[in-house]
Amino acid sequence: MNKLAEYDGPILEIDKLSISFFTRLREIPAVMDFSVSVQPGEAVGLVGESGCGKSTVALGVMQDLGTNGRIVGGSIKFKGRDLAEMSAEELRDVRGNEIAMIYQEPMASLNPAMKIGRQLMEVPMIHEGVNEKEAHARALEVVTDVRLPDPERMLNSYPHQLSGGQQQRIVIAMALMSKPSLLILDEPTTALDVTVEAAVVELVKDLGKKYGTSMLFISHNLGLVLETCDRLCVMYSGEAVERGSIADVFDEMQHPYTQALFRSIPLPGADKTARPLVAIPGNFPLPHERPNGCNFGPRCDYFEAGRCDADDIMMSDVPGNDRHATRCLRFQEIDWNAPIQVGEQKEKTKPGKVVLKMDNLKKYYEVAANALFGGGATKVVKANETLSFEARESETLAIVGESGCGKSTFAKVLMGLETATEGAILLDGTNIEQIPIEARDTKTISDVQMVFQNPFDTLNPSMTVGRQIIRALEIFDIGDSDQDRKQRMLELLDLVKLPRAFADRMPRQLSGGQKQRVGIARAFSGGARIVVADEPVSALDVSVQAAVTDLLMEIQREEKTTLLFISHDLSIVRYLSDRVMVMYLGHVVELGDTDQVFSPPYHPYTEALLSAVPIADTSIEKEHIVLEGDIPSAMNPPSGCPFQTRCRWKSEVPAGLCDIEVPPVRQLETGHQIKCHLSDAVLDRMTPVIKVAAE
Amino acid sequence: MDPLSWTGQIAFLNPIIALALGLLVASVLAWVVVSAVLPENRAINDIGGTMTLASGPRDIAALAVRLTTLGTTVLALAYLVLGLALGTDAGILGAMAQQFWPVWTALVLLFTLSIAFKRRLGLYGKLFDSPIGMIGFALVMFWVFTGFFGAIDLIITHDPLSQLSGLKNKVPGTPLRSPEDGDFLWYLLGGDNLARDVFSRMVKGAWEVVKIAPLATIFAFMVGITLGLPAGYFGGRLDTFLSFLANLILAFPVILLFYLLVTPEIVATGLPQYMAAVLFAFPLIFFGVLINSRYRTQPSKNYLWLAIVLLPLLVAYFSLINEDGSKINFIPQAFDLFDIPGGILVVFVSVVFVNSPTVFRIVRGLTMDIKTRDYVAAAQTRGERPWYIMLWEVLPNARGPLIVDFCLRIGYTTILLGTLGFFGLGLPPESPDWGSTINEGRKLLSIYLHPALPPAMALLSLVLGLNLLADGLREESLKD
Amino acid sequence: MGLFILRRTGVMILTALCLTFIVFFLTNLYPNLEKLAKTQGNFRMTDEAVTSWLNSNGYGQPTAVKYGQWLGVLPGWTLTTDDGETGRCITGVVSADEAADAARFCGILQGEWGFSTRFKDDVASIVWERLGNTGYLMFWVLMLMVPSALIIGVLAGMREGSVTDRSLSTVSILTTATPEYVSGVIFIAVFTSSTVGLKWFKGTATSAMDNPTFENFFLPVLTIALYGMGYIARMTRASMTEVMTAQYIRTARLKGVSFHNIVLKHALRNALIAPFTVIMLQFPWLLNGVVIVETLFNYKGFGWILVEAAGNNDIELLLAISVVSVFVVLVTQLISDIGYVYLNPRIRIS
Repeated sequence: MNKLAEYDGPILEIDKLSISFFTRLREIPAVMDFSVSVQPGEAVGLVGESGCGKSTVALGVMQDLGTNGRIVGGSIKFKGRDLAEMSAEELRDVRGNEIAMIYQEPMASLNPAMKIGRQLMEVPMIHEGVNEKEAHARALEVVTDVRLPDPERMLNSYPHQLSGGQQQRIVIAMALMSKPSLLILDEPTTALDVTVEAAVVELVKDLGKKYGTSMLFISHNLGLVLETCDRLCVMYSGEAVERGSIADVFDEMQHPYTQALFRSIPLPGADKTARPLVAIPGNFPLPHERPNGCNFGPRCDYFEAGRCDADDIMMSDVPGNDRHATRCLRFQEIDWNAPIQVGEQKEKTKPGKVVLKMDNLKKYYEVAANALFGGGATKVVKANETLSFEARESETLAIVGESGCGKSTFAKVLMGLETATEGAILLDGTNIEQIPIEARDTKTISDVQMVFQNPFDTLNPSMTVGRQIIRALEIFDIGDSDQDRKQRMLELLDLVKLPRAFADRMPRQLSGGQKQRVGIARAFSGGARIVVADEPVSALDVSVQAAVTDLLMEIQREEKTTLLFISHDLSIVRYLSDRVMVMYLGHVVELGDTDQVFSPPYHPYTEALLSAVPIADTSIEKEHIVLEGDIPSAMNPPSGCPFQTRCRWKSEVPAGLCDIEVPPVRQLETGHQIKCHLSDAVLDRMTPVIKVAAE
Repeated sequence: MDPLSWTGQIAFLNPIIALALGLLVASVLAWVVVSAVLPENRAINDIGGTMTLASGPRDIAALAVRLTTLGTTVLALAYLVLGLALGTDAGILGAMAQQFWPVWTALVLLFTLSIAFKRRLGLYGKLFDSPIGMIGFALVMFWVFTGFFGAIDLIITHDPLSQLSGLKNKVPGTPLRSPEDGDFLWYLLGGDNLARDVFSRMVKGAWEVVKIAPLATIFAFMVGITLGLPAGYFGGRLDTFLSFLANLILAFPVILLFYLLVTPEIVATGLPQYMAAVLFAFPLIFFGVLINSRYRTQPSKNYLWLAIVLLPLLVAYFSLINEDGSKINFIPQAFDLFDIPGGILVVFVSVVFVNSPTVFRIVRGLTMDIKTRDYVAAAQTRGERPWYIMLWEVLPNARGPLIVDFCLRIGYTTILLGTLGFFGLGLPPESPDWGSTINEGRKLLSIYLHPALPPAMALLSLVLGLNLLADGLREESLKD
Repeated sequence: MGLFILRRTGVMILTALCLTFIVFFLTNLYPNLEKLAKTQGNFRMTDEAVTSWLNSNGYGQPTAVKYGQWLGVLPGWTLTTDDGETGRCITGVVSADEAADAARFCGILQGEWGFSTRFKDDVASIVWERLGNTGYLMFWVLMLMVPSALIIGVLAGMREGSVTDRSLSTVSILTTATPEYVSGVIFIAVFTSSTVGLKWFKGTATSAMDNPTFENFFLPVLTIALYGMGYIARMTRASMTEVMTAQYIRTARLKGVSFHNIVLKHALRNALIAPFTVIMLQFPWLLNGVVIVETLFNYKGFGWILVEAAGNNDIELLLAISVVSVFVVLVTQLISDIGYVYLNPRIRIS
């Protein structure tokens, strides 16, 4: 049945929508004066940082704001009918049938105690009253459509038996069961690995076309929106600040926030010394502390007192463009093409002597084969296989890989939380691989420190910021008296550019970026010479990421630190690292200078990884390489080459060598090595994945 | 002397409060029925976003409940205030209201101060945002103050142990037959089957609970925390072993354990004393490790603090376990500062023993959860010792659920103490504790209600208060 | 799964052995034995007389040996006196020939539970009979408690903060705050006493042992059930509210599933996993309630003999009671483990 037949206006029309949440103390406006419309077959992106209200809009459309949330103004029309005026009955008929939603956490959005088949079949059974047999047939069809292997078995499984990527495909299948006319996707790939994300995005795009579904795509990732949407709407602090087609907004942006956002993400042209990122100053305003007038005013370079902070600012159309509007009073006065004011250009530092050397490091774990029921059988998980590299003073070495690649295990072994199974770690020529952290001397411990991923977890919530830094100083034997250490702590706060008053604050009073700064201060408190940064910015908002990254770089330059930067985000890796190490299932598959790794010849995995990373630049052309299937479990790795199950070049290797033998490490140029069976001739045939379109 | 009626001169309020209560019950029922029958009204707003005061049957019912609750509360307060003013002229209720005057004063003082400064008092202050929590706290503090003031002979009207002739099983409000000068002239809540004053016994019984239950719970927490942290943090064999022990105790029917531990024969073997020696050592271990792990890197400070905290604790510990003429008696009399009456010690030990495995399991679970956090990893990577991480990084962040459980557990301990009293275990037979009083009263229950009901209601309201308090705390601590 | 049950059973047997040994040790401490000797012999026994009495009745041996004999894994003691042979497995004093015919092992493994000094009867038959009474009581308690607790919990938890939630939560808090000896006393006072005059029920359940009727049996059942009910209901409510805020419930809601079906099809099973374990772990506490209620209502069941045995230093009976209660508790724990695994597909199929 085609639900589009009877109606040909916009599928979704949101007009001057305002949503507030009511707490006991006050009304908290989450969305204000928000308008957007979605035409049939169109994909509209909703972009903004966390807390900007983009998910609230989605829930508003679904009329599912919970007990505290209320629509306090405006209307949401779906195919011309106001959703707010529908009865519960009518609404239920629309939900899941005409509007479907896909969420961020696939695992959480599937019922753990219900078989997948049941959960899928429920949709047509409710909305179309079909019998079980037909529903089953439909489910089977859709599961095949989302390209899941062995659909019958899938329908018969429980959610926990599937991998994250498969679960998200099931969620997509569930949304498509009733062929809805509008699909809302709320950060559908955030929880997934990059290569899996690329495949899911591809799938969503294809299915959107196939079913003729309109989409509202919510994301914080501009690159992803570029790849999936026709139009987009940028949100800031509860308001839409800019709205238009992808081409207009990306290439002729008309709002300072959009511009600042683009300048703070590492696009291929950015470079940490020549063209550093420009962070947006200040912090995101809290919902009840929004400024007068323009919400972005206090952080805006073009702010004009008395004008921008006077009255509420309305959306105004940008003349000449297709439905392009911006919420800026000065958009016609600003010279949008003015070159970025480059801050101080920094001298590129020269790497010094080798401080850390890994030689054939191996880490195996023995785990019980069956966690709950115990039993004698154990399995060996090879978390790290023959890891060898060197890191020099004031060098940034990026370690890139997806989940299960063994980067965290490596960090644990280096830190001394685990001891190595085999091989050596040399710190200034001394072996430390078998010394657990309790046995290390204070100097060694304070030399090797770590910055953690999750800013909300990195600080002890029940201790003041100052106290936590002082404790680190105490344990590292720094300072002779309490007074001394307090002074040193304040200096560390200066170092990470936090006001000294923060020393007495509790972590919950700090924003994510500020917490991460404290984490950095703590790591450097003992004069660390090697810092392992485990995805230090991946959980932060885009605009904060740039500031924290720059801070890290700056401290590194001053202290001549060796930075081991663990990340899955190749954009940021390209921006800041000197050398890159790519890992897959415990193996180092490629290692080399940043330029060497980012240009052909690639390891097939690196190639796929590069292709998978969304880039928010319309002038970039990418080769599409979509990897089949999921990352194998480290508990049960494939035979031979770890990547052979997903490799698109596998057929180029004769005699099925990939299935049988782990490839040897091959030196390509000086310092560039890959672990692959491909012959030199094949490697030479590789073309760059990312090309800047000819101007 | 005439016998006192229940309400005396303020009897005119009785029909009014009966009416108010009836209305309250009716409106609550109506409210429940209305909200169960009528479908949830979907908030459909008129454009413009004005929120009009809805006037559906739901809202009317809710309003009615609010009004009748208010009315009943005001009336109850009227009883209290008039009673305070009129005393025995306002009957038994008035006399009791007057007898409790120190408690009222203390409560009013406490609440005024707390509400005035609630923003500066952390979680405790937030409690005053939750009506449930406030009611619970008021109930708890009522009995705490009653216990304290009762212990210094402020509230009671007669000696709880003395028997007055002619008052055996007499109903509430019976006047003394031959009062002497200065005697209170009535048995407010009647006399029990040994002609003792039920009211005074109830008040004294509060002290028995207030002095044992919180302390025993604290000890149980010390034991549970000191063992639960390493079990959860290290896991492995240690965890298996300790969990096995905990499950062993948990699988023991509590009553059987009490019967086995609290009989005079077992007490004679000194077993409870040995157990006390073990269980009471845990606070020492706890504080010792707590301080040592914190100041490990600064020895001079470390020793100073250890000395300040541990010396008094050691003295208290040895005084506690050492008793003249028992199995543990190796300390010179001069250093043995105080003795705990044998019965109390046994009761104390068995209550701690029964409670600690549950605390252990809670702490273990929380630790296993918290140890996966990054800040624990950060502590590990800067070379902190395990005990520092457990006590300073993990424990403070487990405090929310632990505080809530602490309140619940005091309530549970109160129930256990009552159970012990009910079976006549441990406490001396003439003890006014609530369990024993209920046990004595129940034998004649079908004829005389008044000896058993007051302690039963007292225990009920205290435990209810603790439960409500825990609920309020839980709610407020989740709001962060 | 089989291996899991096997391991659990192993742990359970180990626990049972430890617990029974503790009880055995405690009941066989010297002061207890001395008291036993004096009640069996006479109260003015000298210390020597006590020792000789104990020796001649097999109590003089080391505790571990006695425990082994009681368990039935060590041969029962024998003693040759001038009058003939006597021993653990021999009744009275018999000739050597007869003694040779007697069983060598006679512990609980052989079904020999001993002789009760309080009831002057075989322990096994006493326990068996009383257990029947209590089993009947417990059956009705569970029949009343579990369904009503689950219904209350689910109703309260399905709409957090609603009127139903608040009223039902208040009720469950009230019942958890009322131990059996309080609610029992109040019930007896209100419903049975002549002072209040309602006289709807009987104040004792003695007659219920032969002829249980609603009148004489409902109050004890209600008293036990109420206390446990609040606890289970609160657990169910907590679990239910947690499930109702889960993402997958939102998914179901936005799929257009009606509220009714969300609760029944999506929420219920997930919400019942936690309370199930709680119900099973309630058994040690229920036993507590049984003892109190049987004392309060004078219902001569398992709890009543516990009090009698403990109060009269009836060692053999007390041991049998602890074996039975420990066994009941452990079996319910085992069931709870298995049920948890069964209810939770995440664990079952991994």
